[in-house]
Amino acid sequence: MADLSSTFAGIRTKNPFWLASAPPTDKAYNVERAFAAGWGGVVWKTLGEDPPVVNVSSRYGAISYGGVRVAGFNNIELITDRPLELNLQEITEVKKNWPDRAVVVSLMVPCNEESWKAILRRVESTGADGVELNFGCPHGMSERGMGAAVGQVPEYVEMVTRWCKQHTRMPVIVKLTPNVTDILQAATAAKNGGADAVSLINTIMSICAVDLDLMSPTPVVDGKGTHGGYCGPAVKPIALRMVAEIAREFSLRGLPISGIGGVSTWRDAAEFFALGAGNVQVCTAAMTHGFRIVGDMITGLSNWMDAKGYAKLSDFQGAAVPNFVHWDDLNLNYKSIAAINQDLCIKCGKCYAACEDTSHQSIAALRVDGGRRYEIIDEECVGCNLCAHVCPVDDCITMVSVPTGKPYANWKDHENNPSSPHFVHG
Amino acid sequence: MSDIASPINANFADAHPALSSAQAVIAANRCYFCYDAPCVEACPTGIDIPAFIRGIATGNVAGAAKTILQENIFGGACARVCPTEILCERACVRTAEMGEPVDIGALQRVATDWQMAQGAQPFTRAPETGKRIAVVGAGPAGLACAHALALRGHDVTVFDAKPKPGGLNEYGIAAYKMADDFAAREVDFVLSIGGIKMQYEKRLGDTILLAGLREEFDAVFLGLGLTGVNRLGIAGENLPGVRDAVDFIAELRQAADKSKLKIGRRVVVIGGGNTAIDAATQAKLLGAEEVTMLYRRGPEHMSATKDEQEWAQINGVNIRFWVAPLRIEDAGGALKVVREREEFIADLVLKAVGQVFVGEGPALEGGRIKVEGYHTSLPNVFAGGDCTAGMDLTVHAVQDGKMAARAIDKFLGF
Repeated sequence: MADLSSTFAGIRTKNPFWLASAPPTDKAYNVERAFAAGWGGVVWKTLGEDPPVVNVSSRYGAISYGGVRVAGFNNIELITDRPLELNLQEITEVKKNWPDRAVVVSLMVPCNEESWKAILRRVESTGADGVELNFGCPHGMSERGMGAAVGQVPEYVEMVTRWCKQHTRMPVIVKLTPNVTDILQAATAAKNGGADAVSLINTIMSICAVDLDLMSPTPVVDGKGTHGGYCGPAVKPIALRMVAEIAREFSLRGLPISGIGGVSTWRDAAEFFALGAGNVQVCTAAMTHGFRIVGDMITGLSNWMDAKGYAKLSDFQGAAVPNFVHWDDLNLNYKSIAAINQDLCIKCGKCYAACEDTSHQSIAALRVDGGRRYEIIDEECVGCNLCAHVCPVDDCITMVSVPTGKPYANWKDHENNPSSPHFVHG
Repeated sequence: MSDIASPINANFADAHPALSSAQAVIAANRCYFCYDAPCVEACPTGIDIPAFIRGIATGNVAGAAKTILQENIFGGACARVCPTEILCERACVRTAEMGEPVDIGALQRVATDWQMAQGAQPFTRAPETGKRIAVVGAGPAGLACAHALALRGHDVTVFDAKPKPGGLNEYGIAAYKMADDFAAREVDFVLSIGGIKMQYEKRLGDTILLAGLREEFDAVFLGLGLTGVNRLGIAGENLPGVRDAVDFIAELRQAADKSKLKIGRRVVVIGGGNTAIDAATQAKLLGAEEVTMLYRRGPEHMSATKDEQEWAQINGVNIRFWVAPLRIEDAGGALKVVREREEFIADLVLKAVGQVFVGEGPALEGGRIKVEGYHTSLPNVFAGGDCTAGMDLTVHAVQDGKMAARAIDKFLGF
């Protein structure tokens, strides 16, 4: 069995699956249940200064897609609404009970050095393994000058990170908000401030849905709604891109990344690792299914690694990063076209409708002896993949590479590119 | 004393209860929304099945209902009685993919039940044209034709020999397929378009004459159905205790309290069609201890589908294949159905070996009214449904009625 142990920002855990700072990690009761289920670590739900914040009812919005619940999820809950001392006592207790698991504490206090210094001292005394700076929450706290309000200003990120590194021996993980134009600026600021790692993404500013009877955004609080933070399976592509951006950035090399955003299965986790993450944090999937999903994550990842011959996580961590290139580096002379396996085809015609209505008219809808037959018109196919995506049958439509006999060539050198040395005027 | 709460009556409750809205959404989301969907081609009325299922999936049930009903005004009955396993659901690409089609029949019921619960049709009648059409037969063919004609603004009078409308839906189909007086409620729904007068207990050739109708009305549609039954052609078929299955079913359907119906301890049903299945299953549900269907050929030859055969078997009917009775004898207080080297003792024998067209007027072909594009041999007389050639299914009758109405409309110069 593959070795799933991970060392992230100096914190050792027996597996790379952590629970993200969120409702599932708000108190000892939940965290103990999570550890009993097998999670490698938790990031305790964000602590703030007393008096505690006040939360509203209700707090969550969700997207159902095609009958599947919680394809996307958002929340308008704030940081912990329990007294600081109570949380600190519980953290101390839990860490004592579970010495082999990581307990990292998420923090969010006003943007002044004294506040950070004070809370860091108290957290350190719990025996916690590290802190995560919550520069990401896009609702409620940001309006009070915290959370995403810090994360969106690189100078603040750097400043607060530096304070924290100055006032604690614990590893400092900086959690980044995706609600920025350029994630690299925030990540660079964290690094410059001395961060031991970054974690991303925090939630995305969103309105999950509109209740068309109440005419209010959801979740509805006494007839009104507000924007919340979006997460769950729907945000994974956004998270993967931001993680990968940081992973391939030369100036950020060596900065550990904790991948967050829609991780629901071992496969999702493997994708984050392949794009450079050192561990992953999970929230929505646990909130949807309960803590025991970690069992399949552990065995699934391990079985896949065994099948691939990876003995430990570092064997494939970042393996896809060199292949995450800029568009300009893609080979313009590569060609693939779709191929339909007629034995698998169930004649639903979805490929035809998609190609004919919205793409390149490169599928023929035929009748052969009265029966339906869909065929690729090879010379028209641009290899866009749409048919393969809409086909409901696994492996029925595959993309086959077609030798062009031409060498690798990209846009940077293309004759149609005005900034290319080979540019040819019309 | 009537005992509606008797377990016997409970036996005739809905055979396949309606899907809940949650079940409906799951079932609807299994539909791939095919292009050139094979199910549409397999539906005799050509309902745009992917379109109506998408309506259910998205919460547009009103749109779904209209999509169904504009092609098939008896969509509610067809959702209950169509042999979907040989029509739309057999064609469903999910059948090819994994042997589990989308539950099209049940989904159609969701939408049509919803529309009927609204108490109104999603259609409005066109301004009156002044044209008058007689429809003979208030079954699915006749009423589908009447509805389509009334919708176009024509004035329709429907005649039926029976005291109630609905034809086979009211008298000829197993009760558990049409539970809760569905057939009558659906006729009310169909007639709510307006412009249709109903005349009951008017039998063609008896209290009304085709010649008179042809003169009085601009056009006549014959949806007469099959009013005769085939004889077994063996000795003893007229003995007391030997009945036509269609009469047995009609009596059962009209009985408010089925626990009061007499049924023998041992019942033999002779035949292999849907009528035989419905008669045998209902005999069992009425409390007969032993019900045996005798069919002269094999299961693959039966006109009742495999699903129908299994339904009867699940309900305890014993189906015997390759059994051809030679005669029926009086066995002193019981009947004896005799074949070579085997006898079946029965208290009741039901004959279900097919129905035939009985009537006169337009020219016949193969024993049924000859039609060409729904025109009969008589200039202003049209026909459709079971009295003409083709599969004897409700859904075919509805399609005939709908298409005949178009032919009549054209004939009248519209």
